[in-house]
Amino acid sequence: MLLELSGISKHFGGIVAVKDIGFGVKEGSILALIGPNGAGKTTLFNIITGALPPEAGSVTINGREIVGLKPFEIASAGITRTFQNLQLFGSMTVLENVMAGAYLRSKKGFVRSFLSFPGTCREEKKIREESLILLEEIGLAETAGLPATQLPFGKQRLLEIARALASKPALVLLDEPAAGLNPSETEALTDYLKKLKTKGTAMILIEHDMQTVMEAADRIVVLNFGQMIAEGTPAEIQAHPEVIKAYLGEDEKIA
Amino acid sequence: MHLKNHKGLILLLFLLVIPLKIDSNYLYSTLVVIAIYSIVVQGLGILMGYAGQVSFGHAAFFGLGGYTAAILTTRFNWPTLIALLAAAILPGILAAIIGRQTLKLRELYLALATLGFGILVHIIFNEGGELTGGPSGMSGIPNLTIGTISFDNDQKFYLLVWFMLLLILIGIYNLVHSRTGRALCSIRESEYAAENAGVDCARLKLQAFTFSALLAGLAGGLYAFYVSFISPSPFSFHTSVQFVLMVVIGGLGTFWGPLLGAVVVVSLNELLREIVPLLIPGAGGEYQIIIYGIILVGLMIFQPKGLSSIGRYFRLPLKKELKPEG
Repeated sequence: MLLELSGISKHFGGIVAVKDIGFGVKEGSILALIGPNGAGKTTLFNIITGALPPEAGSVTINGREIVGLKPFEIASAGITRTFQNLQLFGSMTVLENVMAGAYLRSKKGFVRSFLSFPGTCREEKKIREESLILLEEIGLAETAGLPATQLPFGKQRLLEIARALASKPALVLLDEPAAGLNPSETEALTDYLKKLKTKGTAMILIEHDMQTVMEAADRIVVLNFGQMIAEGTPAEIQAHPEVIKAYLGEDEKIA
Repeated sequence: MHLKNHKGLILLLFLLVIPLKIDSNYLYSTLVVIAIYSIVVQGLGILMGYAGQVSFGHAAFFGLGGYTAAILTTRFNWPTLIALLAAAILPGILAAIIGRQTLKLRELYLALATLGFGILVHIIFNEGGELTGGPSGMSGIPNLTIGTISFDNDQKFYLLVWFMLLLILIGIYNLVHSRTGRALCSIRESEYAAENAGVDCARLKLQAFTFSALLAGLAGGLYAFYVSFISPSPFSFHTSVQFVLMVVIGGLGTFWGPLLGAVVVVSLNELLREIVPLLIPGAGGEYQIIIYGIILVGLMIFQPKGLSSIGRYFRLPLKKELKPEG
């Protein structure tokens, strides 16, 4: 297992956000995290990336415990994410956003940056090239020079994904990447995620678009009111009585 | 973008030769003051414009540099060049210590904390007794000597400070076009996302703060050697506001902004002092302040992104910019 969660619990005041959550993500696989609004999906992302401390439980990546590490340390351990409410570097260009995402791919610190000419830096060239390739693959190459805020909403989502991939992480957490995309964009995104998976990047996907989930995910974890009610392959989940109850509220088969 | 800034630096180098032909002490002293302020504002520009952290206390670091140079040379007879280095390093160390706590604050709270620090240091200058000379300050600061060259007149000092400023500008140019420059911008835009890209925000902010204090201290040391007299009044809260003003007027997060801001604010002060009495006979200093205020408010209304964005208007008719389709 690449990532393993066990016994993760967190509550806000009297409300249970997540309770005793445990699952694993294999290298180069996609795990989808689904459940109604308020089920605790984004809370779980915040816990994994170090933005929220859990009250109990452990998160390990390649066997290394990461609970208690700062977000930037977790990023350098190989986990990056996208945000449901976009957190782009708005006044920077599309290319600069991706290059900023590639921060961990180079080493030069404050003093050395001050003292050395950027034009002569091999690291810098490499990162620029890699970032352009990434933009090409995700379909944003023509917009590389535009300020990020000038992109249409759907493309901003893609840019967030590109930025999260720029540091070549082992695991990417995608928070509703298809929200606000039209059907053809969603389809292109699904294809892209599957391609990414074959290249060895593991993903956890929070998504409400069930077609994307069923098509892209290897395994699915279902949350409801902070509890894990089911885990399995897409086919197993579609037939799971608890899941059907959570989504439809009664005992009926999904058509 | 890259080429444009290189051209700018070369153009600046040529502009700097012109005063050597004019040889007026008034011009030199104005240009020295512009360069000294500009050194402070370069660092503050990195802190405010790039890292997005406000400081209303940089006159304190500026003053600490000045007093360090003054005290070490007059009270302890240190060599001037070493005293100048100490003038930069000491405020840097102090910033590294206080920044660890204060930079946890955000926006207005950070502004207030740095403002408080500035006022505190100003009080210490005033009440320092023997060590700082109290409100009347201390005089007899020797000329700065590097090797065998003594910087004993305005022309020499002019060349020195602008040479130093030029080196700093090159460094800043490198910095803002590097990985670190992008990381600083990313902190300004979204700390969450910056952390998730692997940026140690707390550490980088502290580095930017320390760097800006270092430059302010260096400028303070140069100021002390240039004026050869030092007192608390040039390091008050008012000066901190002027520094912030220069950064904002020039344009936050732009390479040329801080220099442009320093040139405009200092020149405006000087110009108004000359022009206002001609336009309104018998006008006192209050008129200057009023007109100064009106001009600055006007600038902020019509050029909220700062003066360096004016360049756009001049460039557009010359060559069409190719913009990719969105």
